[in-house]
Amino acid sequence: MSLKPTVSKTDHILGKKDASIVIVEYGDYQCPYCGAAYPILKEMMQNYGKQIKFVFRNFPLSEMHQYARPAAIVAEAAALQGKFWEMHDAIYENQRLLSEPFLLELVEKLELDPHQFNVDIKKSELATKVDSDFESGILSGVNGTPSFFVNGRKFNAGAEDLLQLMSEIVK
Amino acid sequence: MLKKNDVAPDFTLFATPDQKITLSEFKGKNVILAFYPADWSPVCSDQMALYNEMLKYFKKYDATIFGISVDSKWCHMAFSQSRNLHFPLLADFEPKGDTSKKYGVYNEIEGECNRALFVIDKEGIIQWSYLSPMAVNPGADGILEALEKL
Repeated sequence: MSLKPTVSKTDHILGKKDASIVIVEYGDYQCPYCGAAYPILKEMMQNYGKQIKFVFRNFPLSEMHQYARPAAIVAEAAALQGKFWEMHDAIYENQRLLSEPFLLELVEKLELDPHQFNVDIKKSELATKVDSDFESGILSGVNGTPSFFVNGRKFNAGAEDLLQLMSEIVK
Repeated sequence: MLKKNDVAPDFTLFATPDQKITLSEFKGKNVILAFYPADWSPVCSDQMALYNEMLKYFKKYDATIFGISVDSKWCHMAFSQSRNLHFPLLADFEPKGDTSKKYGVYNEIEGECNRALFVIDKEGIIQWSYLSPMAVNPGADGILEALEKL
């Protein structure tokens, strides 16, 4: 199964921009398995981030996780103020507290411009971005979260295995 | 297991405790059948949760999805409520596995359906089928590709 579409400028990117290893995660902010993967991925980027380009795409299972989609949209709004990864990390680090009021607390905590945020959050582009990420996941064969792709190919294992793989291949 | 160009065998199964669904009544619509081993088991739940999020994409292709397992209508009702599912789960319960057997996807050893997908066109002809390993959630990319080709 291969990644469709491939990584582009519209993606949220961390690590080395022109790395030869490209990892894409499809994640849901309320999914406990994504929450468990988060510190492992963090460790992976701390250790090997200089050789890895890491991308996060939204895959909210909204019917099962009521805050997954609002969280994804808030993170996209944060991205418009250059704070996508700060919001992404803050949500996963406090996943158990996730609620709509808590997301607004994070907006304040991360010092997003509140006026700009209130304008942005109403933009349909944010929902469209989340939906197009979800659709790309479906077409790429994502069957649950988190799902990982390494250099465009589906990696059929978890974050621990991904960390292990990176420890073997990153020089 | 039935394959492309086979006629989809008709069936009438309980969708809720007091409502039955007959496949032939859906002629004129595309139909997706997702046979799965059991309500509540982890992989199946993920699979059904995924399809639950995809209903609007299926709708674009004028397609309706039904989940089918050998669980009873009451078990389906509880499972469906717990997962907030918005599509019918059909009970292949009595005679047990009768419909799965007609599609060639009944597992005699486990007494459950295999994890199998069928895409049936508006004339009731199977256009795509796929058997997934028991423990693997097959996702939905295959279904979408098949619907795209109709």
